[in-house]
Amino acid sequence: MSRIHDMGGLHGFGPLAIESDEPPFHHEWEARVFAINRFLLRAGWYTLDEFRDALEQMPPAEYLEASYYERWLFALESLIRRKGVLDVPGR
Amino acid sequence: MSHVHETSGNAANRVKTLVAALEEAHVLTERELDASIEAFLSRAQPANGARVVARAWVDPEFRRRLLADGNAAVAELGIDLAHWAPVKLRVVANEPGRHNLIVCTLCSCYPLALLGPSPAWYKSNAYRSRAVRDPRGVLAEFGTQLGDDVEITVWDSTAEARYLVLPQRPAGTEGASEDALGALVTRNGLIGTALV
Repeated sequence: MSRIHDMGGLHGFGPLAIESDEPPFHHEWEARVFAINRFLLRAGWYTLDEFRDALEQMPPAEYLEASYYERWLFALESLIRRKGVLDVPGR
Repeated sequence: MSHVHETSGNAANRVKTLVAALEEAHVLTERELDASIEAFLSRAQPANGARVVARAWVDPEFRRRLLADGNAAVAELGIDLAHWAPVKLRVVANEPGRHNLIVCTLCSCYPLALLGPSPAWYKSNAYRSRAVRDPRGVLAEFGTQLGDDVEITVWDSTAEARYLVLPQRPAGTEGASEDALGALVTRNGLIGTALV
């Protein structure tokens, strides 16, 4: 069964919003989410496949409502909860 | 707009809580995080992708190697693609009558090391859903018009396979230096939403 993240070909999302001179991140917390994920992936807490799977577990209505980095934050929180914050390999 | 603002405020607080928990567990510090963002942003830039393209335009042997094995060819220029995990880079060349466009319909896979952080439109529901169904309509929103005789191939990225478009070298640049050629290459040209 296809989940909501499988968006290729879906209708109804309207035109693109193209920003000129777009900053790499729109909020400081977005950069932090990006950096935490990069750090934990490189430290071997979870794999990229696990991260993608965690993103794809987001309930469809929330997924559609959330911004891109809010989806990442959801995935990070659920992976860290699942793995346990104190179970820290390699440090 | 208040809804958007509230959501973002809520996310900012959740991230604060997360960072505090990771600091408490001695996993990382806020300072390390900020340093890692800066280091990443200074390394992962569209200028890397532009440098690869300019080399391919001036050196037919490099172009051949780039199209045969993207990873090995960009490594020759000292570019490391494995920013999170090993990825396979496939470079696809625009030619007369043939245009390439990159999307990630499932999420946002993108050759970060060559292009820097992806723009918001690349990660948007609208781009992900429409690039594969209506590429000409999408290109038109970027002001990019292709003739009806131009075939468009849309490449759908995955976590393991990332794509980069090799644009056609613009006419009238025969005498240009590699640096000058690199300056002509735009990020959108490397994704395929613009011509160079």
